[in-house]
Amino acid sequence: MALSPPVTRLKSRPITFIFEIPTERLVEFWNGLEKGKVYASKCSKCGRITFPPVADCSRCLTSGFEWVDIQGEGTIETFTHIVIRPPSFQSHPTYTVAVAKMDSGVKVLAWLTGIKLGDAKVGARVKLAATKSEEGPTYGFTLIK
Amino acid sequence: MKRVAIVGVGHSKFGVRRDVNLPELGFEAAKPAFEDANLTPKDIDFLSVGTAGGWYEEFLPAVVVSEYLGLSGKGLVRCEAACASGSAAVATAFHTIASGQSDVAMAVGIEKMSEVDTLTGVELIGRAGYYTWEFHNFGMTFPGYYALHATQHMKKYGTTEKQLAEVAVKNHKYGAMNPNAHLQRAIQIDDVLSSRMVAWPLKLYDCCPMSDGAAALILASEEKAKSLTDSPVWIEAIGMSSDTANVSKRVEYASLLATVIASKNAFKKANVGPDQIDVADVHDCFTIAELLAYEDLGFCKKGEAGKMIDEGQTEIGGKIPVNVDGGLKAKGHPIGATGVSMMVGLTRQLRKQAGKVQAPIKNGLALAHNVGGTGHYCYVTILRS
Repeated sequence: MALSPPVTRLKSRPITFIFEIPTERLVEFWNGLEKGKVYASKCSKCGRITFPPVADCSRCLTSGFEWVDIQGEGTIETFTHIVIRPPSFQSHPTYTVAVAKMDSGVKVLAWLTGIKLGDAKVGARVKLAATKSEEGPTYGFTLIK
Repeated sequence: MKRVAIVGVGHSKFGVRRDVNLPELGFEAAKPAFEDANLTPKDIDFLSVGTAGGWYEEFLPAVVVSEYLGLSGKGLVRCEAACASGSAAVATAFHTIASGQSDVAMAVGIEKMSEVDTLTGVELIGRAGYYTWEFHNFGMTFPGYYALHATQHMKKYGTTEKQLAEVAVKNHKYGAMNPNAHLQRAIQIDDVLSSRMVAWPLKLYDCCPMSDGAAALILASEEKAKSLTDSPVWIEAIGMSSDTANVSKRVEYASLLATVIASKNAFKKANVGPDQIDVADVHDCFTIAELLAYEDLGFCKKGEAGKMIDEGQTEIGGKIPVNVDGGLKAKGHPIGATGVSMMVGLTRQLRKQAGKVQAPIKNGLALAHNVGGTGHYCYVTILRS
């Protein structure tokens, strides 16, 4: 009879977290993606444009804002190709994340798609647009040829 | 503000520590700290525990560690500043003494990262930015964040993948001499360049390991320190800063602004400059992070970190020895332990107890640079013998 190995570890009881994140105050951002808009927030008092959008302005402490569409062109400041991916992104092949400064002045972090890996360059011109993925509405960059 | 001295240091073995649970690991670091200070748990007024947590079973880790160390009843807090949690714990213990709240305080930095599998760790630490805007849709990873910094530094200053690899080679060389290091083996440039891609341009050997480990410091007021030891190491100054959660809101990526602000603040408080530091530990969670630190701390000019590593200026015998304990890269990075571990190593340096990796001590000054997240938090601590 084989001897059981000594038990040197206790398996914890499992726990699963799925957080329900309130989006009520910024719901138009998510609705906007469905309608083909990428919205930043513009403070109704001091006029500061913020992306990702915020419901409250940290500069003038005002909570009123309007939506401005920031789709358009920009320039890549930096990027990476994510090869080792988190479990929740295993269904995606290697993806490219870029940060671009839009001509309007705001910076955006998003995927750069439709490229060969060597085509991503700091300084390359990109277009930001609302898109749809299998997981729902999102936004991303494509290279301007 | 009262002066505060380090009077006891202790360090566990770093690595995959499936042989001990969380508080046992803490004990392994705390016991030698008590012995070094010639104190017992009853002499401690306050304990701060630096740990990020989330990858081990305890929800109130500070309480578990405190009970195990016989410190129940003392003042207690858990400090979280991501990978700078250890420095945050030291700063918190420091402040209790500097303000007169306590005479003797202990800071324990601890992390146990191997109780979950590696990919679960990737999932957790990928959220070390702004979950909603950077992880939820775009699956950022921690190496991915530092890769954004590397890409811009390479473009702006011509830094090469080979120069990044030189950082790993240096730190592994010293890690091989540290009996507490996670990775105790020397490596070559080609080992780094040929290792698997993680997040371009960072490869596996550009990345520190996920480690288990703990480190402990005992701090005392000036009067108390002088009664305990002839060789106190003073915490001369602590500079602190932070930056935006969204990496897209940063001014630039070829620099960590939090390091620039925290170090300026620390140098000003200590009334010293970067060229007076004898030995430093900088936050090399990725090879690029060490190069950013050289520039942001003022060890070299902007854009010259690649040259500095090429010339061996950060090895023992160079302009300023950096990470001669192996750094996060080879010693390992149990994230809450790291800041405390840096100060354990630097205290030994200033006491001239560092053995084979002893740096020349001319001014009696050492610097610990501890970053949390990708520059989300930064603590720069200057020690003086």
